[in-house]
Amino acid sequence: MPDIFDEMRGLGDEIRPVYREIAEWFEQAPRDLIASRRAEAEAFFRRIGITFAVYGDEQGAERIIPFDILPRVITTGEWVNLSKGLEQRVSAINAFIADCYGPREAVKAGIIPEELVLANPAFRPEMTRIRPAKDIYCHIAGIDIVRTGPDQFHVLEDNARTPSGVSYMLENREAMMRLFPELLGRTKIKPVDQYPEELLATLRSVAPHTAPGEPTVVVLTPGPFNSAYYEHSFLADRMGVELVEGRDLFVRGNVVYMRTTEGPKRVDVIYRRVDDEFIDPLAFRPDSALGVPGLLSAYKARNVTITNAIGTGVADDKAVYSYMPDIVRFFTGKDAMLANVETYRCREPAMLSHVLANIGELVVKEVNGSGGYGMLVGPHATKAQREAFAEKVKANPDNYIAQPTLALSTVPCFVDEGLAPRHVDLRPFVLSGSDKIRIVPGGLTRVALKKGSLVVNSSQGGGTKDTWIVDAGPAGNA
Amino acid sequence: MLARTADNLFWLSRYVERAESLARILDVALRLATLPSAYAGTSNEWESAIDTAACREAFYAAYPVANEKNVTAFIIAGETNPTSIRRCIEIARHNARAVRTAITTEVWEILNDAWNHLQKVKLNQMSGQDLTRFLAFVKEVSLRFDGTAYRTMLRTDHYWFQRLGMYIERADNTARLLDVKYHVVLPEPEPVGGGLDYFQWSSLLRSLSALNSYHLIYRESIRPWLVADFLILRPEQPRSLISTYKNLNDVLDLLAERYGRQGPSQRLARSTFAELGNVDTDALFQQGLHEFLVGFLAENNRLGMAISEQYLQ
Repeated sequence: MPDIFDEMRGLGDEIRPVYREIAEWFEQAPRDLIASRRAEAEAFFRRIGITFAVYGDEQGAERIIPFDILPRVITTGEWVNLSKGLEQRVSAINAFIADCYGPREAVKAGIIPEELVLANPAFRPEMTRIRPAKDIYCHIAGIDIVRTGPDQFHVLEDNARTPSGVSYMLENREAMMRLFPELLGRTKIKPVDQYPEELLATLRSVAPHTAPGEPTVVVLTPGPFNSAYYEHSFLADRMGVELVEGRDLFVRGNVVYMRTTEGPKRVDVIYRRVDDEFIDPLAFRPDSALGVPGLLSAYKARNVTITNAIGTGVADDKAVYSYMPDIVRFFTGKDAMLANVETYRCREPAMLSHVLANIGELVVKEVNGSGGYGMLVGPHATKAQREAFAEKVKANPDNYIAQPTLALSTVPCFVDEGLAPRHVDLRPFVLSGSDKIRIVPGGLTRVALKKGSLVVNSSQGGGTKDTWIVDAGPAGNA
Repeated sequence: MLARTADNLFWLSRYVERAESLARILDVALRLATLPSAYAGTSNEWESAIDTAACREAFYAAYPVANEKNVTAFIIAGETNPTSIRRCIEIARHNARAVRTAITTEVWEILNDAWNHLQKVKLNQMSGQDLTRFLAFVKEVSLRFDGTAYRTMLRTDHYWFQRLGMYIERADNTARLLDVKYHVVLPEPEPVGGGLDYFQWSSLLRSLSALNSYHLIYRESIRPWLVADFLILRPEQPRSLISTYKNLNDVLDLLAERYGRQGPSQRLARSTFAELGNVDTDALFQQGLHEFLVGFLAENNRLGMAISEQYLQ
């Protein structure tokens, strides 16, 4: 494996200028102060109830995600480039989805195989007959970014369905402000707490043309048992809109209403955190109790905007991902500013044999998997695990892609042994409205707390850090 | 506001109020149980605790005998008790979580802290100091909840539905407590201070935090008809039936004004309030306190259902 880039120390042992203030502060702070602040951080998250549920875990019905108090820092210069790349990528994703449900120019031009669109499990034929307001499909995207060197940022994954984690971005900053006011006072960090306002502006901008001047926006949640419920209520609260469940809404005459203490009230924009399959039992899964019967007809009649649109998953599975550089070039006319991670498609025979021959060095993933499940990290797997996984790949090669094991950057974390480097990724959130694209400077930094682990998912022992975008140190370079 | 949100707010405060009442019921029973039988009489305090908590059937399905150990275990955290103190706090917290956007952070933190605390304490087989400390904790949760809502919530329908739940539950609890003890507040010619009754009455007042205020209002020793007068008709006593109905009327009027519409809830509350205003204590005893209270409980229940139909579905 190549050398690992540590974001604080670079490749050598010299503290990078952008981290100097922080390194100095943590060096001077007494050990017991750090210990007590760490305990306070945990108490803070428990107290406000920012918890998540791990599915299939009987005892830990509500857990908190470990929070590491040492912030992850990105320079303004790095961020500016990153955000330009994100804007380009998400514009391309939106154009691509519109194309999939419309003229399919990308398929005709041979940019992407037709079956990856039409036979994609996330493809929703209904959407070929529905045009969402203002032609925007993916209003809220979470793009997972990994870093491998001073200037090397790659997209690891696009999340175009219902990406979560933004509440952690906001609460992590809140926690840092409470716990380390003296440190934050010394560093000029770009603020993130305007996110809910930006989100609301984005949602209002895509209201159907039938909506009144001030459209009614709601957040649709599956309910308190959902693992991201905290986030749903947090966002509704910060935007000042209602948090509704399916049973609070009903459709009459192709118009969506919510049941209120004063009778029915019309709803114009639904920020839904319920998956496609569950959103309307009349159109999709008939056993869904989470959805709203008839919602799709109201959507089709263009009386309501659903965000994200139905069927956006066609753009974010891992097989489609491997075509993203071509997709970006096709729809924006320019080379992708953000690189992909090199990806082998097992659906192509030559690549499949390469993957099977080198399975020990690769990360193999299901094209529709998420949450760190259904994947094999070759170098960390046993021989038996590799062989078993290779069999699964051989049986259904279309379902898998593989990527080289990346030398993900590290950031120091407080662990039991003290301060030690741990691998991180970054999920910035990109908001696409009819007026513009909005990106709050920052994102959710996830960290793999197990030594050497590359899996940052909260369900698999990952933690989070506050992410600071700050001007580079006095030297002007980072 | 979403009807479901209003429903959650209404029930959330009902459950907090109920948890507090249950703690008070146990408090009184413990206090009376420590008295020598010459003072406390032969009545089984634990029996009457079960009746006051309205869980006789469920209790005897789980335990053969009503004694301190069984009744405290059942009321605090009985597995088969759908309204144990633990369940009340769990449900209140669950409802609060479902309406996080409708309550202030401060109110949420009270309930979340309480719930977190419940996870830490051993609720089974509590006794002695642990038990009294726990009951004090439960009462404090309710007081903090009430005060925090009062001090931090906007005076909008969110707040009013929360108050409605609290007053309906409070009226129910006061009437129930009185009803279970009605046989000891029956007017009798015998002089006050005869031991047994005195302690029953004083503990009843104490269970409503009303012992000192009784003395302040009446400036004489405890007399049964005055206890009934105090808990039913005195507007100064915040737990009296007339007080809770004054509050219910005020809140329902605010809602009607806000929504521009009166309905069955407003009419029912007004008529019960008017009836309470016309009651005179002497007549009350002649016609029978028990019948009066049973009638009141039914009316209060009807009002709860009317509110539900008018606003919460």
